[in-house]
Amino acid sequence: MSVPSLVHMAIAMITAPLIFGIINRTKSLFGGREGPPLLQQYFDIAKLLQKGTVYSRTTSWVFRAGPVIGLACVLIALALLPLGPLPALCSFPGDFIVMIGLLAVMRFFTMLAAIDAGSSFEGMGASREATFSALAEPALFLCFAAISQKAASLSLSDMFLRHSGDATHGSAPAPALLAVALFVVFLAENARIPVDDPNTHLELTMIHEVMALDYGGPDLAFIFYASALKLWILGALVVNVVLSGIESAWAVLAGLFFLAIIVGAVESTMARLKLLRVPQLLIGAGALAMLTLIVAMG
Amino acid sequence: MSSWIELAVLFLILSNFALLGASRVTTLIQVAAGQGILLGLLPLLAHAKQGNLRLIAVALIAGLLKGVIFPVMLGRALREANIRREVEPFVGYSLSLILGVFALACSFWIASRLPATALFLSRKALPAAFSTILTGFFMIVARRKALTQVLGYLVLENGIYLFSISLGQKIPFAVELGVLLDVFVAVFVMGIAMFHINREFDHLDVGQLSALKD
Amino acid sequence: MNFFLAGLCILITGGLMAWLLRRESVGLIGAIMGPLMALLAPIQAWRHGKALSISMPWNVPYGSFFLEIDALSAFFLAPILAISALGALYGFEYLIPYRNKRNLRSVWFFYNILVASMMIVVTAKNGILFLTAWETMALASFFLVIFEAERPETLNAGWSYLIASHMGTACLLVLFIWLGRLNGTLDFNGFGVAGAREAGFMFLLAVLGFGIKAGFFPLHVWLPEAHPAAPSHVSALMSGVMVKTGIYGLLQVYLLLGPGPAWWGWLLISIGALSGLFGALFALAQHDLKRLLAYSSVENIGIIALGLGLGMLGRTLNDPFLATLGFCGGLLHVLNHGLFKSLLFLSAGAVVHVTGTRDMERLGGLIKRIPWTAALFLLGAMAISGLPPLNGFVSEFLILLGAFRGISSLSPQVVAASATSIASLALIGGLAIACFIRAFGVSFLGEPRAKRAQGAHEVRWPMLFPMVVLAAGCLMVGIGSPWLDRPLTLVVAAISGQQSGQFLADSIPSLLSLTMLGTGFLVLVALLAGFRIWLLHGRPVEEALTWDCGYARPSSRMQYTASSFAQPLMNFFAAITGSTTRFKPLDRFYPVAAEFTTATPDIARTRLFDPVFRKVRHALMKLRWIQHGHPQLYVLYIAITLLTLFLWKLG
Repeated sequence: MSVPSLVHMAIAMITAPLIFGIINRTKSLFGGREGPPLLQQYFDIAKLLQKGTVYSRTTSWVFRAGPVIGLACVLIALALLPLGPLPALCSFPGDFIVMIGLLAVMRFFTMLAAIDAGSSFEGMGASREATFSALAEPALFLCFAAISQKAASLSLSDMFLRHSGDATHGSAPAPALLAVALFVVFLAENARIPVDDPNTHLELTMIHEVMALDYGGPDLAFIFYASALKLWILGALVVNVVLSGIESAWAVLAGLFFLAIIVGAVESTMARLKLLRVPQLLIGAGALAMLTLIVAMG
Repeated sequence: MSSWIELAVLFLILSNFALLGASRVTTLIQVAAGQGILLGLLPLLAHAKQGNLRLIAVALIAGLLKGVIFPVMLGRALREANIRREVEPFVGYSLSLILGVFALACSFWIASRLPATALFLSRKALPAAFSTILTGFFMIVARRKALTQVLGYLVLENGIYLFSISLGQKIPFAVELGVLLDVFVAVFVMGIAMFHINREFDHLDVGQLSALKD
Repeated sequence: MNFFLAGLCILITGGLMAWLLRRESVGLIGAIMGPLMALLAPIQAWRHGKALSISMPWNVPYGSFFLEIDALSAFFLAPILAISALGALYGFEYLIPYRNKRNLRSVWFFYNILVASMMIVVTAKNGILFLTAWETMALASFFLVIFEAERPETLNAGWSYLIASHMGTACLLVLFIWLGRLNGTLDFNGFGVAGAREAGFMFLLAVLGFGIKAGFFPLHVWLPEAHPAAPSHVSALMSGVMVKTGIYGLLQVYLLLGPGPAWWGWLLISIGALSGLFGALFALAQHDLKRLLAYSSVENIGIIALGLGLGMLGRTLNDPFLATLGFCGGLLHVLNHGLFKSLLFLSAGAVVHVTGTRDMERLGGLIKRIPWTAALFLLGAMAISGLPPLNGFVSEFLILLGAFRGISSLSPQVVAASATSIASLALIGGLAIACFIRAFGVSFLGEPRAKRAQGAHEVRWPMLFPMVVLAAGCLMVGIGSPWLDRPLTLVVAAISGQQSGQFLADSIPSLLSLTMLGTGFLVLVALLAGFRIWLLHGRPVEEALTWDCGYARPSSRMQYTASSFAQPLMNFFAAITGSTTRFKPLDRFYPVAAEFTTATPDIARTRLFDPVFRKVRHALMKLRWIQHGHPQLYVLYIAITLLTLFLWKLG
C-alpha cells in the first residue's frame, strides 16, 4: 500500500464523472451546439443524492441491492488498477482476472435488478446485456492474454511497466491491434455507440440505459457514479496499453481525456450498429486479440 | 525495410479477416483490390536495393492486374448483376471469423513444420500465404453468390502468389505469370458466364444451380 | 479406517432396517449418522498426512476387499459424505407429501445403498471390488431415478440412464480385465506400467467408460434426463457428487497408467471445452429448472476436464506451473461444484415442493414468498457463475492463472492449449452468467406468472438447514481458499507426480489477496448499504407501479419470459446448437391466431445417438427369427452354447 497509489485512486474517484462531461462536450461541438457544462454529471449526482426515491411494488431487495453492490464492485476494481507507472493499491499475479470478475458481479446485479422490476423493457435490456457481455468476455480475456504474453507478467502493474521494456518483440503494429480490440470491448462494456446509444431513453435499441429505468434518487446517483468509474477503469486499460512504458502518470491521465474525446467523436460520426451485427464486432475484437497472440508467437 | 514488410504482411492477414467478416460485396472487392496492391508492393519492398528490372516489372504487372484490373472487372459485373450484399451465406460471418483464427493458427503450425527454407521476406510471410489460400478456399466453399466465389478464387491466387514470392527464387516467376494468366482468363470467362446466368435466371445464387443436377 | 467401516455398517444397516421394519426414520438416522461417522476417516488421513488402508481376503477370484483412503480418495470422499448426510435430512422433509402415495422405505434403502456404494467406489483399490461397487451405485441410483415411475418420461429417463451406464461399465470391464491379464492381479497397487500403445487404448477406454458417468459431451445424453427425474435430494447427490466418481475413476486410471503423451491432455481439453460450451448453451435453452441445472452440470464437468487436461499437458511437457495449477483448479472445482450444485438442486427442489412445478415460465416473484430459499439460490447462482467472492471463482481463477502462465511459455503447444482454454473458459463463464441470471431472475424475481406461484410458503427448517450449510461452504471456500492448500497439495502432489508444494505455494499470495479483496468487498457493500440507509433516512420513499415507460397497467404476462431472455444468444448460436424456430405471424386486421415456438433438442441425441441406435436396431431386427417364444428352443440354445464352449476349450 503506497501513497501514490492512494493518490491515483483519489484522482480517479474525483475526476471520473468529468469523462462524461468531456464526451458530451465533444458531441455537442460536433453537433454545433453549446452543450451541457463539463461538470454536469457532478451536478446530477449531487442533486440525486439529496432526493428521496420511489420503488416499484414489484421489486424486492435485489433491486435495492443492485446499485450498492455495483458501486462496491467498481471501487474494489479501482484498487487493482495501475495508472501508467503508478502501481495499483493491491497487485498480485492474476489481479486482472479478479478485476474482470468484479465487473461481472456488477453486471450480474444490474441485470437481476432489471429483471426484478418485472417490465418487458428492462428484461429486454438485461437479455441483450447478457448476450453482448458473454461475447465480450472472451475478447477481453484474449486481450489480456496477449498483453501478459508480451510482458511475461501476470499482474496489471507489472504488465504496463514492462510492456515495452524488451525490444525483442518490438513489432509496432501489435500494440495498435490490441488497442483496437480493447477499445471495441471498452465501447461495448460501457454501452457506447456503436454498440448501444447512451442518449436514447425510450427506444427499443437501448441496452444499458433501460436497465436503470426504474431507479431514482440516491440509487440512480450510485449507478451514475459507478458507470463513470467503470468507464474510467476500462478506459485506463486502453490508454495503458497504448502508452505503455511511458514514465509519466500525467501522460496517462491526459490520454484518458483524449480517449473521451475520441469516444465523443466516434459517437458523433458513427451510427449504432444493427443489433445482429454487434456480436460480429465483438468476435472480431476477439479475433484481433488472438491474431496478436499468434503473430507474436510465430 | 524489414519492418515495412512485416507491416504489409500483417495487413494482408488483417485483410483476410476483413474478407471473412464483410457482407457487402463492394467492400469485399475493395479489400481484395487492396490485397492485390499490397502484394504488388511486397516484392518491390524486398528487392528495392537490387534493382532487378525483370522482378520489378513482374511485380508491377501483378499489382496492376490484382489491384486494378480484376477489381474493376468485378465491379462492372457487380453493377450489371445488381447485387449488393451476400445474403444468408452457408457459414455465418461470426463463425467465419472464428474459423479464420483457427486457419491462421494452423497456417503458423504448418509453416513451422515445413523444412526451413531461406526466408526471403519475413518469417510471417509463409503462414500469411497459407492463411490467404485457406481464406480463398473458404470463400469459395462457404459463400453463395457466384461473384463472391470468383473473389474467393482471386484471393486463393493471391495466396499462391505470396507463397511463391516468400520462397524467393525457388519458384520461377514464369510459373507465377502462367498462373496469373490462368486467373485472368478464368475471371474473364466467369464474368461472361455470370452475366449470362444473371440474364437467364435473374439471380446469381449458386445454391440453386444444384437444381440442375438431374 | 475403523470410523469408515463403522460408518459403512451404520449406513447399510439403516437402509436394510428401513426396508424391513418399514420405518423411514431408521433409514434417515442411518443416512445421517453413517456418513458423519465416516467423515472422520478422511480428516484423520489429512491430519496424519498418510493413507489409511484395510485389506481383507474375499472369496471371489482375483477379488480382495482392499480399501484405501489416500489423498485422492480422501478428497473425493469428504464431499460425498457431507453432502449425503445433508441430502438425507432434506429428503426426509421433502418426501413427506409422497408419504401415503408411495413406498418410501425403498427410497431410503436405495439412498443408503447408493451412498455406501459411492464410498466404496472412491476407496476401493481392487478391480473386482471397484466394479461391483460401481454397478451397485448405478443400480441404486437407477431405482431412485424411477421414483415416480408412473410418469412415462421418468421411466424413459431411467432406461436411458441404465443403458448408458452399462455401456460405460462395459468399457471399464474391458479396461480392468486387460490390466488384470497384463499384471496377473486386480489389486490396483499391483498394476504395472503398460506399453505406450496399450496405455493409450486404456486411457481411451477410461475416458469413454468414466466419461459416460461424468457426463462428458457427447456422452452426456442420459444426464439431463435422469438427474431431474429423481427426487430433488437425490438429484443433488447425483449431480453434486455421483458424476464426480467418473472424474475420480479417470484420475485413478491416470495414476495407474502414469503420464501419457500430450494427446491425453489435448483430448481432455477439447472434451472440456466442448462440454462446457454445449452444456452452457443447452442449459440456457431449458425451461425446466432442474433440467437446466443438469445441463449446467455438463458445463461444469467441462470446466473440470479443462483444468485436468491442462494439468496432464503440463505434466507431459514438464511445465510444473501449468500441471499444478491445472490439476489444482480442476480438483477444487470438483469440490466447489459439489457444494453449489447440491445447493442449487436442493433449493430448486424447495421451489418444486412449494409450487408443484419445475417450469420456469410458470414461476416468478418467489423471492417475496420464499425469501430464504431465494437468497440461497441466488448465492448458489453467483457461485456457479464463477463470481467473486464465492467458491466457483476460486477454482476458475486457478485454472485461468495456470493458463495465463502457459501463455508466456516457450512451447507452442502449451501456448495453443492455454489460449484455447482461456477463450473457452471466458465464453463458458459469460454463458453461465446469462443462464443463471435467467434461472434466478425468471423464477424468483418480478411477478408470479401462474396461480400456484402466488400462494407459496417458505419451507421448514429440515429443508433450509442443509441449504444454509452448503451456502456457508460456498462462501467459506470462496473467502478462505488459502487454508485449503493442505488437502489440495497432498492430492495434487499425488497426481502431478512432483513436488507441487512449492508451485502451489507460489500462488498462495494470490489466494490470500482473494481473501482480502473478498472481505473488503463484503465490508464495502455493508458500508455503502449503511450509507444508503442514512441518505434515505427521513426522506420520502414511496411505492408505486413499475414505470414501464409510462404504461399504466403492467401485468405479469408482459414480463420478459425465460425463452425471450435466452433468444438473442440462442439465435446467435443456432448454427451449432441446431435450435429451430417456428413462427406464424399475425395476419389481417383482426388476426385470429399466431404462433411462435422455439425448440433446442440435444444435438448429441438427435444427430449422433438416435441415428446410430436406429441403425443398430434395424440390424438387430434381422435376428428376430431367433426369438420364437418356445421355451424348448431356448433350452436348446443353452445346450448348443455349452457344447460349443466345451468344443472350443477342450477340442
